[in-house]
Amino acid sequence: MKKFLQSEWMSRLIDALLPVFATLAALIIGAVMLLFLGVNPIVAYKALWDGAFGSGNAFAETLVKATPLLLVGLGICISFRGDVINIGGEGQMIIGGILATWIGLTFTGLPGWLAITLALLAGFLGGAIWGGIPGYLKAYFNVNEILSTVMMNAIAVQIMNFMMRGPMLDPIQAAKASKIPQTARLIEAFRLARWSPTRLHLGVLIAVILAILVYILLWRTTLGYRIRAVGMNPLASRYAGIKVPRYIVMSLLLSGAFAGLAGAIQVYGVNYRMITDGSASGFTGNAGFNGIVAALFGQLHPLWSIPASILFGALLVGANQMQRVVQVPSALITALNGLVVVFVVSSEFLRRRRQRQRLAHAKMDDAPPDKTSQPAEASA
Amino acid sequence: MPESNILPSGKPRIDSLELRGITKRFPGVLANDHVNFDVKAGEVHALLGENGAGKSTLMKTVYGLYHPDEGEILLNGKPVHISSPTDSINLGIGMIHQHFMLVPSLTVAENVALGLPSSRGPLTDLDAVSKRILELADIYGLRIDPSAYVWQLSVGQQQRIEIIKALYRGAALLILDEPTAVLTPQEVDELFVIMRQMTKDGHALIFISHKLHEVVEICQRVSVLRDGRMIGTRPTSETTKQDLANWMVGREVGFTPDRGNVQRGEVRLKLENVQCGSDRGTPGLRGVSLDIHSGEILGIAGVSGNGQRELADAVTGLRKITGGKVTLENADITNLPPAEITERMLSYIPEERMRDGMIKDFTVAENMILREHHKEPYSRYGFLNLKNISSNADMLIKKFHVKTPSQETLAKNLSGGNIQKIVLAREISRSPRVIIAAQPTRGLDIGATEYVREQLLEQRKQGTAIILISEDLDEILALSDRIAVIYEGSVMDIVPRSEATPQRLGLLMAGVHPE
Repeated sequence: MKKFLQSEWMSRLIDALLPVFATLAALIIGAVMLLFLGVNPIVAYKALWDGAFGSGNAFAETLVKATPLLLVGLGICISFRGDVINIGGEGQMIIGGILATWIGLTFTGLPGWLAITLALLAGFLGGAIWGGIPGYLKAYFNVNEILSTVMMNAIAVQIMNFMMRGPMLDPIQAAKASKIPQTARLIEAFRLARWSPTRLHLGVLIAVILAILVYILLWRTTLGYRIRAVGMNPLASRYAGIKVPRYIVMSLLLSGAFAGLAGAIQVYGVNYRMITDGSASGFTGNAGFNGIVAALFGQLHPLWSIPASILFGALLVGANQMQRVVQVPSALITALNGLVVVFVVSSEFLRRRRQRQRLAHAKMDDAPPDKTSQPAEASA
Repeated sequence: MPESNILPSGKPRIDSLELRGITKRFPGVLANDHVNFDVKAGEVHALLGENGAGKSTLMKTVYGLYHPDEGEILLNGKPVHISSPTDSINLGIGMIHQHFMLVPSLTVAENVALGLPSSRGPLTDLDAVSKRILELADIYGLRIDPSAYVWQLSVGQQQRIEIIKALYRGAALLILDEPTAVLTPQEVDELFVIMRQMTKDGHALIFISHKLHEVVEICQRVSVLRDGRMIGTRPTSETTKQDLANWMVGREVGFTPDRGNVQRGEVRLKLENVQCGSDRGTPGLRGVSLDIHSGEILGIAGVSGNGQRELADAVTGLRKITGGKVTLENADITNLPPAEITERMLSYIPEERMRDGMIKDFTVAENMILREHHKEPYSRYGFLNLKNISSNADMLIKKFHVKTPSQETLAKNLSGGNIQKIVLAREISRSPRVIIAAQPTRGLDIGATEYVREQLLEQRKQGTAIILISEDLDEILALSDRIAVIYEGSVMDIVPRSEATPQRLGLLMAGVHPE
């Protein structure tokens, strides 16, 4: 029995370490590619490590990059558990960012804490609307949410371009011939507190607190119970008296809200203004998509999404450093990131298979009846 | 049995398969304990046992999915080593799983060809496959169209594809794992015709079941497993159903539960001329009127597909009622949303419990509160009270004898009988006013069946009004106070228990009014 426990324990440890092995495997393949380019992989990876964790400032940058990934990822944890695929993180971030910026540029007379609170709420609300619309369409008109959220991304980008060039254009730029499409800067009182000299801002803390709250939401509240129930079996949920469409809307709405908040925090913690290069990624840095990967890497668990987001944040920051130091094409960096994602996702399948095998062995079907729980004793 | 060693399918016969002293251990569990078993060409050998007795483990060992810790397998008297399903298929052993392994969007021929090398290299040889399917269908009397898509076919037809798949791969010995669990009575009869033809042609069949009357009908020999041990093997002609049931369960089993004397009370649920559609767009119910009283079980008898499902759906609010009225304790509940009807303490034990009654990725404890999760003591101000949820689960697991490693176990890892106990525990423990139980014992073993029936009778004693929808006439006759026979969406007649005989009900079920 003791031996069995040990092997069970070992087996779980291996499971827990699988993503680490997968990341290492991806880096080894990356090393081969680096060798082909005539670059010493050890030097390159040292640069990557230093870039991400080498100094206090490097680690701060990693955390700053990880924050929007985590916030979007939290939303993904909710929607995917509700069996709703939200690909609209980019658009939801943009709308959240626009609304939050508008608050900050309009109500300049407010005290800082109030303005920031209102702005973050506005971001939350903007994302909720942008996620809620596809949610409503799915729940009541059976519109595929993957299509509608992607479409909503495109709409959001055009709204952003319009706002940055028109109604929200920075008055300074409006006066100049260059007319760079961006808003004015937020006043200093409205900026999230920073841990100077780094760019580490209060949003990082907000995201971590929210991760804990999302955990509570999913597993400790009636709403979370219903979202998960509807996600796993809408039929049984309906039979049990849960209003299924309402919770489909709710999961997309909440998912969008967290992305919207990510957008607001980007503005209030990092950029202090919105600026567009005509595409979504100019503002979001692809966090709306990368957040999905981070959440999946964190097994759709809000707390595991924290280290997952930090890992991806580190890869993003470290890869920049590596590119500067060893002068490799940026495509290689993209490929390396992709490799990590592919390996980690594959390792997840491996983990699930191992889990299934273990379960199959322990399955009750093949267990002999437990003498103490025979109906015989009840009727006796 | 034909003299030749070659089967009509052109494959060599398996004269005998023998298992000697098979032992299989899983962590903490002895699934098979020195089990001996054998099957010969030309016979159907039944393997009986309760859920968890070790039947599946034993058969998975034969099929190469498990490797025994001890013991040996002899084929035609010679020891063989079966390390994978490929090995067993090459030896001529086929298995028909309880859950079909078919791709619904492919045709019959494509499904049969799936995974086999084509005679035309990289190109498909579906014409040749279809021809061979028709040959086999002809030999064994399996009517099937090779070009039909699987999703278009009934469950019985899909099972035939599985049999053809096995024969196509040269199976001389077939293991049928609870093949009748998913079939209608008519389909069962058709399956038995096919099985008889196969044994006549020299195939050996292993029939896993816990339905005693089927075993007695189709099998020449029967072996009973209990707690992983072989209790014994006998010719079916020398046993009775009662003997087999006692062997399986290990004690005296009562087939007719004690109903006690219960005073019928007021009308709890009233249906007046209820009409609704079916999933196929045809009329599902054509004006059904029923009164169900407190302390009464009203049995709904009928051949499947005559409106039983629609009746349950209409009352529970899951299907739109197009005419008539449903009254629950003097309140009109016609077309109310399911959430509101369930609030009026109407409980439902759905026919498809895995799909409709259970969230299989939820834990046992989470499933236990599926209906009441939003109410105290499980929720307060929108927050779940994990302590109360957990103690509720512990209490119900104990009270309803659910066999589960813990309340944190995911429901999907439990056996069908235990899942039904969870549904039953959840639906009964909320002290319902009315229960609708649809096929509550389908697929359950004898012990669990007995238990479910006792619980329904206990509810009746407490004054609950119960609608029992079942295709099992024995069950209807054993439990009901009155029996309504449903045929093509109408109630043919309502027969009091004292006047109900299988013959009379059978005629009504066929739509014949004995005048």
